[in-house]
Amino acid sequence: MIIHQLSVFLENKSGRLTEVLEALGKENIRITALSVADTNEFGILRIIVSDPDKARTLLREQHFTVNMTEVISVMAPDEAKYYAKVLRILSDIDISVEYTYAFPSGMNSVIVLRCSNNEKAIEALKSHEMELLKASDLYKI
Amino acid sequence: MERSDLSQIQGERLRETVERVYFNVPWYRHKMQEAGLGPEHIQTINDIAKLPFTTKNDLRDNYPFGLFAVPMSEIVRLHASSGTTGKSTVVGYTRNDISTWSEVMARTLTSAGANRNDFIQIAYGYGLFTGGLGLHYGGEKIGASVIPVSGGNTSRQLQLMHDFGTTVLACTPSYALYLAEAIQESGIDRKEFKLKAGVFGAEPWTENMRREIEQKLGIKAIDIYGLSEVIGPGVASECPEQCGLHINEDHFFPEIIDPETLKVLPEGSIGELVFTTITKEGLPLIRYRTRDLTRLNYGKCKCGRTMVRMEKCLGRSDDMLIIRGVNLFPSQIETVLLEMSEIKPHYKIIVDRINNLDTLELQVEVDEVFFQDKISQLQELRSRLQDNLESATGLGIKVTLVEPKTIERSEGKAMRVIDKRKFLKG
Repeated sequence: MIIHQLSVFLENKSGRLTEVLEALGKENIRITALSVADTNEFGILRIIVSDPDKARTLLREQHFTVNMTEVISVMAPDEAKYYAKVLRILSDIDISVEYTYAFPSGMNSVIVLRCSNNEKAIEALKSHEMELLKASDLYKI
Repeated sequence: MERSDLSQIQGERLRETVERVYFNVPWYRHKMQEAGLGPEHIQTINDIAKLPFTTKNDLRDNYPFGLFAVPMSEIVRLHASSGTTGKSTVVGYTRNDISTWSEVMARTLTSAGANRNDFIQIAYGYGLFTGGLGLHYGGEKIGASVIPVSGGNTSRQLQLMHDFGTTVLACTPSYALYLAEAIQESGIDRKEFKLKAGVFGAEPWTENMRREIEQKLGIKAIDIYGLSEVIGPGVASECPEQCGLHINEDHFFPEIIDPETLKVLPEGSIGELVFTTITKEGLPLIRYRTRDLTRLNYGKCKCGRTMVRMEKCLGRSDDMLIIRGVNLFPSQIETVLLEMSEIKPHYKIIVDRINNLDTLELQVEVDEVFFQDKISQLQELRSRLQDNLESATGLGIKVTLVEPKTIERSEGKAMRVIDKRKFLKG
């Protein structure tokens, strides 16, 4: 249930994001999800791709700073109350969410979460019959 | 050798040098006459304090050969500095000077642990710069196998180092770090290299940078010191104890002065290093101001040598930055960076003046090993670095984290400071 997400350190320079995506595009790597967190001076690109190991090697070769991060993913109807429910389940057992982002899939929303304790979060969400996605599920979307 | 015996020799050599410059170099004669001095006033080494100083500007004013003390027919070699701040400074060597230089370089290499069985790869630039040829003659003098590869062309450096079995590397410390990274990236096992020691100099570097080089290259990193005006490399060098650089004071007599008052400071004080060459023929220099800040230690070294030791230079008084009235040495910043393992010691300092206020930006590379995908963590790192810098320098410095490998690696002297301020001349 753990999904390997790539995090890439980006300087706020025009063209950096393009270079990352072009590098991945050349090798026909698919991007399932993408989010950018930014500050005035730098940003962190977070992507879930079809072949994380290969993508990481590729980006490292081009001197990008890349790390593999573990995240979890939940499929829920695209309504605020379901997103809220997911977060409530976690906060009730004192799991903090470092960050989260979501993208649509049909009438549903795919929610990506980085939690202070991913294993505990998976257990809790499962016990509330939430639909957790495997890496292989995500790559098919 | 007993200090009194050495002083005796130094005194005799000084007397001969002063006599030579007085009679052969009109500029020195005028300077001495202005000070009411003749050669007869210089009898012992203690009389040196009576003599006027020489500066880099004096060398420029007498460009190219004005301060040479022998006819040009006696000069067998010329070197010159790059002259980034105006005319270059030219130095000339007689055959005896070359032999002296080889001798002090042989001492340098021997005290670094090298001998005739070693392969010395010289990755200092050859040419007008004294680094390459200085090491070269010293290496030949001790009978080592010298590999005169010169600077640059990193992949060839690695290939020769690997195929020839280089045991001693000679280059600038920043290039040593660059080579260390190149070895790691090449994927070749460190065991396939025979490298055991390195002699590094020609630019300021810190103890932390030494530790990093030693750890990454798996060698002993020996600091060497020299400047072309005095002779080139070979003025001073460390022994394996690595606790100060032994000055070859039988050839180059050191003093420490206060750069403001020009008074000689008591033993152990930090001040500007001044050299008088007491055996050189081509370009003898009297009380040459190096602009390097350090202190001297006359105590006997654990290695047994009695030659005076100088501390690693704290910086040069001419790469000192004055930011909002505060003196700043780039080495202060480097020390802070190297205390923080999350940061690579590759950095760039950008000084500017915006609305009449000096601004200081420090660009540093984030190490991939410590890169986390949490913004808060990176911001915490940045503010911790800013705090550390402020407490070390007393200055607010804006820190920008940049991607690894984006700060250019130098193959010669590192250009770490970019000063965009435009000061009015005059």
